[in-house]
Amino acid sequence: MLRTSDASNLHTSARQADALSQVADMPTSRRGFLKAGAVAGGGFLISLTLPAAVRAAVDGAAAGNGVLNAYVQITPDNVVTIMSKNPEIGQGIKTMLPMIIADELDADWKQVRITQAPLDPALYGRQFAGGSQATPMNWDPLRKVGAAARQMLVTAAARQWNVPEAECSTAAGVVHHRASGRSLAYGALAAEAAKLPAPNLESVKLKDAKDYTIIGRSVPGVDSPKVVKGEPLFGIDQTVPGMLYAVFQKCPVFGGKVARANIDEIKKLPGVRHAFVVEGGSSLDGLMPGVAIVADSWWRAEKARGKLQVTWDEGATAQQSTDGFAKQAAALGAKAPAVSLRNDGDVAAALKGAAKVVEANYSYPFIAHAPLEPMNCTAHVQGDSVTLWAPTQNPGPGRSLVSQTLGIPESKVTVNMTRCGGGFGRRLNSDFMAEAAWISKVAGAPVKLVWTRADDMQHDFYRPAGWHFLKGGVDEKGKLVAWQQHFVSFGSNGQFARAANMETTIFPAGRVPNLSFGASLMEFGIPTGSLRAPGSNALAFVFQSFIDEMAHAAGKDPLQFQIDLLGKDEMLPGRGAGFHTGRARGVLEKVREVSGWGKKALPARSGMGVGFYYSHLGYFAEVVEVAVGHDGQININKVWAVGDVGSHIINPTAAENMSQGGVLDGLAQALNQKITIENGRVVEENFDSFQPLRLTQAPPVEVHFLTTDNPPTGLGEPPLPPAIPALCNAIFAATGKRIRSLPIDTDLLKA
Amino acid sequence: MQYALIINGKNHTVDVDEDTPLLWVLRDAVNLKGTKFGCGAGLCGACTVHIDGAPTRSCQTTVADVGKASITTIEGIGETPVGARLQKAWLDVDVVQCGYCQAGQIMSAAALLSENKSPSDSDIDAAMDGNICRCATYSRIRQAIKQAAGADFGATGQQRKGA
Repeated sequence: MLRTSDASNLHTSARQADALSQVADMPTSRRGFLKAGAVAGGGFLISLTLPAAVRAAVDGAAAGNGVLNAYVQITPDNVVTIMSKNPEIGQGIKTMLPMIIADELDADWKQVRITQAPLDPALYGRQFAGGSQATPMNWDPLRKVGAAARQMLVTAAARQWNVPEAECSTAAGVVHHRASGRSLAYGALAAEAAKLPAPNLESVKLKDAKDYTIIGRSVPGVDSPKVVKGEPLFGIDQTVPGMLYAVFQKCPVFGGKVARANIDEIKKLPGVRHAFVVEGGSSLDGLMPGVAIVADSWWRAEKARGKLQVTWDEGATAQQSTDGFAKQAAALGAKAPAVSLRNDGDVAAALKGAAKVVEANYSYPFIAHAPLEPMNCTAHVQGDSVTLWAPTQNPGPGRSLVSQTLGIPESKVTVNMTRCGGGFGRRLNSDFMAEAAWISKVAGAPVKLVWTRADDMQHDFYRPAGWHFLKGGVDEKGKLVAWQQHFVSFGSNGQFARAANMETTIFPAGRVPNLSFGASLMEFGIPTGSLRAPGSNALAFVFQSFIDEMAHAAGKDPLQFQIDLLGKDEMLPGRGAGFHTGRARGVLEKVREVSGWGKKALPARSGMGVGFYYSHLGYFAEVVEVAVGHDGQININKVWAVGDVGSHIINPTAAENMSQGGVLDGLAQALNQKITIENGRVVEENFDSFQPLRLTQAPPVEVHFLTTDNPPTGLGEPPLPPAIPALCNAIFAATGKRIRSLPIDTDLLKA
Repeated sequence: MQYALIINGKNHTVDVDEDTPLLWVLRDAVNLKGTKFGCGAGLCGACTVHIDGAPTRSCQTTVADVGKASITTIEGIGETPVGARLQKAWLDVDVVQCGYCQAGQIMSAAALLSENKSPSDSDIDAAMDGNICRCATYSRIRQAIKQAAGADFGATGQQRKGA
C-alpha cells in the first residue's frame, strides 16, 4: 500500500515487509544519529536523522541524503514544540506520535505544542498516511529522541548543581535533585542543554514501560477543540487572496476525451471568468481530459456546469460493465487458473479422497472510498512555480504528479498539507492536485477546485471487485485436508491491477496439507486503489466465510475449528516478521470469552458469527451477534472485537475509537455498499445509492486489546476485515443461509 | 442581488445570486468555513445550521428563502448554553476522528436538546440519523449527547433500545 503507483502490490508489500524486518534487525548504532543545538531566543532543539540506508530500506526509496525523522524544541517559556510530519486524516497521528516523544522526555503534556510540518521529503523522508505504518516505523526512533533530549536536560541540571546525574530525576517538564530539594524547569535548562553534544544513540537509555506516564494514557485529539468550533482546518477551508473557484467535468467513462463542448456559451454565463477544454493525458492516475469552469464563486461555477454540453469520445472502455465482468469471471472460473500462486501437496487427490467436499463461489463488488470531504485542492501557479494546499495522504507523489503535469521541477512545487476530512486510501492518489494546478496555470490565478459528491463517487480509485471459486475437503475426522482457490481478478500481462492482488500467505495457507491458490486476470479500464485494509477488506470475507463453511461441514464449532486449524504456536511466513499462530489463537480465545460464545441461548433467527484476520501487522478476532427478521432485515445487536497490536496501546481513547470505526466501516461495506459499472460509467452518484453506515445501523462495538511482547503496530486497518465475515457467519448461524456475495442481499434472508 | 442576513446575531450583507444555497453564502461570501459541504443533496447533514432554531440543511436552502430569519452556525452555537455543553461533551468524550461531519452533528444535536432536555435513544435516532459520520464515531456521538443532556447513561454510551 505504501507505493501505490507500482503495478503489483504483491511484490511491493513483500519488499516492504522484508525491509521493515531488516530495519528491526539493524544494530542500534546504524539506526540514526542525533543532532542538538540552540535556536533563536535561547531554545533547545534536538533532532534525529535516520541514515539513508535505513530510510531506503523502510521506504523502498532510492538511497539519498539522511532525513530528519523528528524534532523537539524547548523554549525558555517551558513550551515543548514537537513537529508532526505525517498527514492527519482522522487516524490521530498528530496526537499519538508526539505522545511517544513526550513520554520519554518526561514532558508535561499541557506544555506540549504540536506543529504540522510542510512537505519536505529531503528533510523529513517520506510523509504519508497509509498502511497502518506510522506506529511500527516511529516507535523506536521517537522514543530515542525523547530520551536523548531528557538525558541532555539532566546533564545540564547536574552540571549547574554540581551533583551526579544519577541523583537527578525528571517529571512533568522539571528536573529534580531530591537530596537538596532543588528543581529546574526544562525551559530554564534549554540554553545550557543546547550547548551539550548530542548523546550517542546507543547510550540513550529508554524508560521501563512501567514508568510511562503519557503512553497508555488517553489523550484527546489535539485539533478537536478547533473542530468542535468549526474553525478552518480542512483542505476545503483554505483561501488565498484573489482566489477563483473551479469545477472540472470529466468524461463519465474513464479516460474519455472531449470531442466538442459549448465553451463559448459557458463563458457568457454570470460570474464565469474562464472555461476551457483540458486535453489531459491517457493515464487514469493523472490529469484526465475534461472541461474546466472557473468563476467568481463555486456556486456560479457549478451552476454554469448545468448548462455545459459536451460530446465525448468515450473510448475503448465504454462497453465495460459489472454484469459483463461477472459473466467473464464465471467463464474463467470454470477453467483452470491462468497462473498458479501457490501449490502445496496434491489438492486434486486430496479432494478425491475427502470424506466431505464443499464447493462455493464468492464475489464482492467495486466500492468507493467516499470520504465526507470531497476531493478538493487550492493551487496558485506563479511563473514557473506552484503552491498547493491539499488534503492529501500522500503529498510526495502528489508533488511529483504536479511537477510532471506542469512540466516544472519538483523543487518548484510547494505542497501544504491540510487536515483531511477522511482518507481511507482515496487521498493516496493525487489526481485532484494535478487538476487544480493545471486549472490555476491556465486561468492565471489562484484557484480552489472543489469536486461535487458525484464527481467524487464517479471518479474514485475503486476497491476492485473480485470472484473466488473454491473447493474444500475434510476427512472423516473433520480435519481440513484440501483447499483449492481460483481467484478471478483484474490485471494484464500476468500483473495484478493495483489493489487487486492476493498474498499467498493468507491463513489457512501453511496449515492445510493440500492447498492451491491460482489466479486468472481480466483486462479492464477502471481506476483502482487502496481502500482501508486493501486486499484484506475483501479477502477476509472469502477466506473466513469459507473456513466457517468447512467447520460446519466438519460438524465442528467454527471458533474451535479455527483454533484447531492454527495448530501449534509458531511463526509462519507472512507480512512483516510473519504470521504468528499463537497471537491469532490468543485473540480468538479472548473473543470467545468476552462475547460469551457458545454459552448464550439466543432466540430463533438470531446467531453469532466469528471472523479473524491478520492485516497490516495487527491480529483481530471479532464476534457479531445478529437477529434476522422474517422480512430479511438484519439487526446487529452487538460486536465484540479483540485486537493484538503489540506491547502497548499508545493512546487508548483513539485506539478504541479507530477500532470501533474500522469494525463499523466493515459492516457498512457488507450491508450497504457497491459501485455498479454500466456502459463504462459508474451508476451511483450520492449517499442515497451508496451509503456509509448511519447511526441507526451502528451497533455497540466492545473493544478489547491483548498486549503481547511484540513491537506496537497501527490500528487504521486491522479492525476492519474480520467484521465482514463475522457478520456473514452470524447470519448463517441465525438463518442457515450462506452469504457468498456482497453487499448482502436481504431478499435471500426472507422466511 | 443584495441580501441582509442575521448570522450568529450579527448583520451581514451579501451580494449573491438568489438561488445560491445558504451553504455557499456562509462559506464563500461570509467566510464562515465551519459549515461543511458533503453531498449537496441533503443526504449527509454536514451542512446543518439553525434557521430560527430549526435544524436546516443549508445546501438545500437558498439565500432568498432565508428572509429575515436568524441563522446560527457552528461558529455561533457555543454562545448558547446547549451548544457550549455539547462542545464540551464532544471533547470530554473525545468523539472526533477526522472531524469533518462534527459541525453538522453538533448542530443537529443542539436542535434536539433545545427541544428535548432528556432524549431517549429513539429520540436520538430520529434526530441524528440524517447526519453521516464516515468515520462512524456513532457510539461516542450518542454518549456525548447524553452527557450534554446531563443524564447518566454509564461510561460506554452504548446503551440502545433492546441492548
